Amino acid sequence: MTEASAMASTALPALPTLNHNWRNSLSTLLYQRRTLTLFLLLLPPLLWFGVVYIGSLFTLLSQSIFTFDEMAMSVSAELTTDNFVSLLNPANYDIVLRTLGMAVAVTLGTVAIGFPVAYYMAHYAGPREKGFFFVGVMLPMWASYIVKAYAWTVLLAQGGVIYWVLRQLGLLPVLEAVLRLPVIGGDTLATSNLGRFLVLTYIWLPFMILPIQAAIERVPANLLLASADLGAHPFKTFTSVLWPLAFPGVVAGSIFTFSLTLGDYIIPQLVGPSGLYIGNMVYTLQGTIGNIPMAAAFTCVPIVLITLYLALARRLGAFNAL
Amino acid sequence: MRSDQHGLLRLLHLPKGLVLRLSAYTGLAFLHLPLVFIALYAFNDNSAGYSFPITGLTLRWVSLAWERDEIRAAIGLSLSVAAMATFIAMVLGTLTAAALNRDRFFGKNAFTTLLILPIALPGIVTGIALLSAFKLMDVTPGYWTIVIGHATFCVVIVHNNVVARLRRLPARLWEASMDLGADTLTTLRHIILPQLGTALLAGGILAFALSVDELIVTTFTAGSDKTLPIWLMGQLSRPRDAAITNVVALAVMLLTAPLIILAWRLTRDGDAKPNTR
Repeated sequence: MTEASAMASTALPALPTLNHNWRNSLSTLLYQRRTLTLFLLLLPPLLWFGVVYIGSLFTLLSQSIFTFDEMAMSVSAELTTDNFVSLLNPANYDIVLRTLGMAVAVTLGTVAIGFPVAYYMAHYAGPREKGFFFVGVMLPMWASYIVKAYAWTVLLAQGGVIYWVLRQLGLLPVLEAVLRLPVIGGDTLATSNLGRFLVLTYIWLPFMILPIQAAIERVPANLLLASADLGAHPFKTFTSVLWPLAFPGVVAGSIFTFSLTLGDYIIPQLVGPSGLYIGNMVYTLQGTIGNIPMAAAFTCVPIVLITLYLALARRLGAFNAL
Repeated sequence: MRSDQHGLLRLLHLPKGLVLRLSAYTGLAFLHLPLVFIALYAFNDNSAGYSFPITGLTLRWVSLAWERDEIRAAIGLSLSVAAMATFIAMVLGTLTAAALNRDRFFGKNAFTTLLILPIALPGIVTGIALLSAFKLMDVTPGYWTIVIGHATFCVVIVHNNVVARLRRLPARLWEASMDLGADTLTTLRHIILPQLGTALLAGGILAFALSVDELIVTTFTAGSDKTLPIWLMGQLSRPRDAAITNVVALAVMLLTAPLIILAWRLTRDGDAKPNTR
């Protein structure tokens, strides 16, 4: 680019690589034409993401304004807004609210369990202990989703481990009382919202711990000490110093817990009461019924929600914490 | 109220944050509880699969599982899909990392968002989108449609690992090599690629592990083919087969766990080099 480097590259033929003339010119070309190099680097991924991914998304979303003939069970290219209008049906509205409610609950649950783990990792653990915690969080995070979901169906089953432990401790009546509560309760742990909350919280927990840990890692320990020296109680230090500085990490983690819960359709099927989630609804619509237009309109709900959430997260500084 | 708060605070401020340490270890234990029980149940003598306490241990289910052709077929398919998806992701992810590590260019932010999109949007969106495109083009779902789906969300994993390493590479490495007379390609081959090696490997391993475990996108792109997670998913409606399911579930964990630890060591060692800035 600069004159000096251009000279350096024109001086190259004097070196032993003289016999590779084509190689030399290619090297020079790549070095001098940065835009060309950039273009060559970007071309394959752009083609892949542009054609395969954006192309597919576009195919799907464009079908959301097509008409589905319920009699013939077929899709025709007559344009309509009916699919989006019927999203506002009370039944569909319920599905969206149910899913959103669980996404919020799971996000709060993962923060409650994850924050102490992240804080301990970042500020208290020595190097070895920190490594231990890292592997300890990474392994369950990367362990197979379906294996973890399956493991919970085994643990939650009547006659399974959790019921056994509660019986030994004499706590079964407590569980039964909790299960009689509205909203979170159900006939058994495995068919209650409490059970579903537990499984979703478990599965997305590592995705919350790691961003919080990264955010707290950047908080200098002497800030917390200074706060204490200036007479703040630990609680005050937490609310005024630690939490505000860790908050971008919490938001970054919540992007995952939120998005993953919104799109999940397998755990709502395996654990918890009946009543569809957005994911189940989309799955049913496109699968058994074949109503791709309505399914496409329904996928717009998580896409819009997550886009809004990402915009909010950017404002809250979460992107610097990722 | 005031004194209550004080009592609570004193509790929170026990020597060396005992409460914090306890809750951290409890959280960690919670993360491992189900995994431990799956490992235990794989050797459960009772074929019911979930009954507790466990009455005896056996290796019978392991050998029975190994004899099942459909399980070996599922493992084979998962591994070959993961290998191909990882290869594509490593090529594309390295290219995007090299491109995005350079100067600003028009659309850079949009391109970064595009890379994250397949993992930021719920898997079900990616899955249905791909399926509807395959249907439109009359592509029969099978090996290659699974690979296309997996490669798409694996690119960002490789990209993140490589771009993190590239950012730590000082520009003077490149300059020194050129000053000493090496051309672009030589510098790339002998200076840059060896520096990227472990990051690339770690990214590849993580992409491989992600592909082996992926379920949600795969349910849409697999057609009638059964990868290991899809086979496991089908097993959930066969409670009588629970003993076999437990063994395969344990096998899946044992397959990916060493890969994750290896990837972690590779990135940690590579990024902790003293002279990288």
